[in-house]
Amino acid sequence: MADNPVIAAVERPQAALPEEVDFDRRDPDWFIDKAVQILVFIGGISAIIFIIGIFVFISKEGAGFLFGELDIVEFFTSPRWRPTSEHNPTYGILALIAGTASVTGLAMIVAIPFSLGAAIFIAEFATGKTREFLKVLVELLAAIPSVVWGFIGLSIMNPLIIEIFDVPVGLNVLNAGVILGLMAAPIMTSIAEDALNAVPDRYREAAEAMGATRWQVTIRAVLPAAKNGLLGAVLLGVGRGFGETMAVLMATGHSINLPSSVFDSVRALTATIAAELGETAVGSDHYMALFTIGIFLFIITFIINLTADLIVRGVRKG
Amino acid sequence: MFAVTELNQRDKKVQGLCRILFMIMTGLLILPVVLILATLIYKGGSIISADFLFSEPTDGMTAGGIFPALYGTIWLVAVALLISVPLGVAAAVYLSEYAGDNWFTRVINLAIINLAGVPSIVHALFGVGAFVLFFGLGTSILAASLTLAIMTLPVVIVATRESLQAVPHAFREACWNMGATRWQTIRRVVLPNAVSGILTGVILEVSRTTGETAPIMFTGAAFFLPFLPESVFDQTMALSLHLYVVATQVPGVPDELPYGVALVLIAIVLIMNSLSIAFRMWLRGRKKW
Repeated sequence: MADNPVIAAVERPQAALPEEVDFDRRDPDWFIDKAVQILVFIGGISAIIFIIGIFVFISKEGAGFLFGELDIVEFFTSPRWRPTSEHNPTYGILALIAGTASVTGLAMIVAIPFSLGAAIFIAEFATGKTREFLKVLVELLAAIPSVVWGFIGLSIMNPLIIEIFDVPVGLNVLNAGVILGLMAAPIMTSIAEDALNAVPDRYREAAEAMGATRWQVTIRAVLPAAKNGLLGAVLLGVGRGFGETMAVLMATGHSINLPSSVFDSVRALTATIAAELGETAVGSDHYMALFTIGIFLFIITFIINLTADLIVRGVRKG
Repeated sequence: MFAVTELNQRDKKVQGLCRILFMIMTGLLILPVVLILATLIYKGGSIISADFLFSEPTDGMTAGGIFPALYGTIWLVAVALLISVPLGVAAAVYLSEYAGDNWFTRVINLAIINLAGVPSIVHALFGVGAFVLFFGLGTSILAASLTLAIMTLPVVIVATRESLQAVPHAFREACWNMGATRWQTIRRVVLPNAVSGILTGVILEVSRTTGETAPIMFTGAAFFLPFLPESVFDQTMALSLHLYVVATQVPGVPDELPYGVALVLIAIVLIMNSLSIAFRMWLRGRKKW
């Protein structure tokens, strides 16, 4: 009996510890409250559990290859990805990295100027209804699913590129880069716009009081103050391009190549997994090699997201 | 004293030019998408009919409708919501109502950001390794929905946390002063005031889940099935995967069929998002504090 905390608390002599008894209310409501607190805590840490879970499970599936067959030097420096070769399968992802990098790079060339420009226009120049309308539009653009973008690359951009540039194949770095750029731009726009909005109005007021025009206010006062947030937006765009799967699978042409021009077809890391996982036997070298690519992708995006977060957080503190 | 100097005039000119330049940039961001949507409607609009939506694919998927894919997507989204909404709301309640401003909360936030940033194909690998193989669910709606739920969990968490934090702190204090426990406060005061904000997040998640393709490819969605799923342990077709299949995997598909599928998919997503945005604006107008 005595070790029941409720009864022990109630039975404690009043004179000795009055405050404790007066404010103690370990009734059913108190226990429900504690139970809920534990439940929501589990919910709260679920994101951590899942991130660790993702790393553990893809590592577990890829481990046999990672610690067995894998020749790290060959893996990163050989452009030969021939996992299905009968006699001498080779696992080199250099060409796949080159594919992902070229497409993401072009996408950023397309997306950065437009999304930063649009963000500046929406945050600093547009007002009232126009601003609301543009914000909604950007949000809607960001929602278009990647498989639809891939389909657009395949059926609209492809013939367009063939016709305009007179090349035999329209599924190439250019196609995927533009598609990915259009895809990443709305997201980068809204993050960049948030960064601009986070700059306190007193910066603008001070500059305007000195007689600066809106443009001068933007370039001299707002952009320097928001530069970390803008960098964060660009990094998140890079991360998004890097990890995009369906659109690059459908628009790059999916052939292994070290690209020498934007009209070469390439193959991305993500797309390789998507295209080949279904054809491999569970536990085979090929299967484990695909999971090893997954580990690589996970680590790279983790670093990109971590860096972006640190940069943006730096802005908040300052 | 306030005469316009030459310098002022030059500044004004630069200002006007910049304004136009940025306006053009914004336009160029939006224009291609508008053109693309117009093309989708132009090429796929003719095939959309009740028959297309409610009949099964025939002739090796080169004709007929998309009903099994639509039906499967509803299954996948519903099961994913059942998993992620309670979990996401709990996480948001913890972050908004219980968590302090310390390193542990920062780690949770970082995990949420990363969960949203991990490539969808890595989520697919996780789904295969964890749900399909380790937990023995096989390729099933349950495995696919679990994968989708984990992937879209950040959407629910972020939307819910924002709407919880929008409830003024004074509401909570008033409640605590009446002797209510934390949970009573949350259940009777905080959640009812935030429920519509949570709903906009849920609608957003429906839209995200509907469009995802890579995470379900190997965990539960099939290219073609002659029957409809009956339980969460069955495989299913899905609209997003169906678009990929008819666009790339099936020979001899008439041109308008994939356009039609793309149009239906994009219509669902855009309608859901517009709904969520409209709902949010309506809420903002109605808010009394």
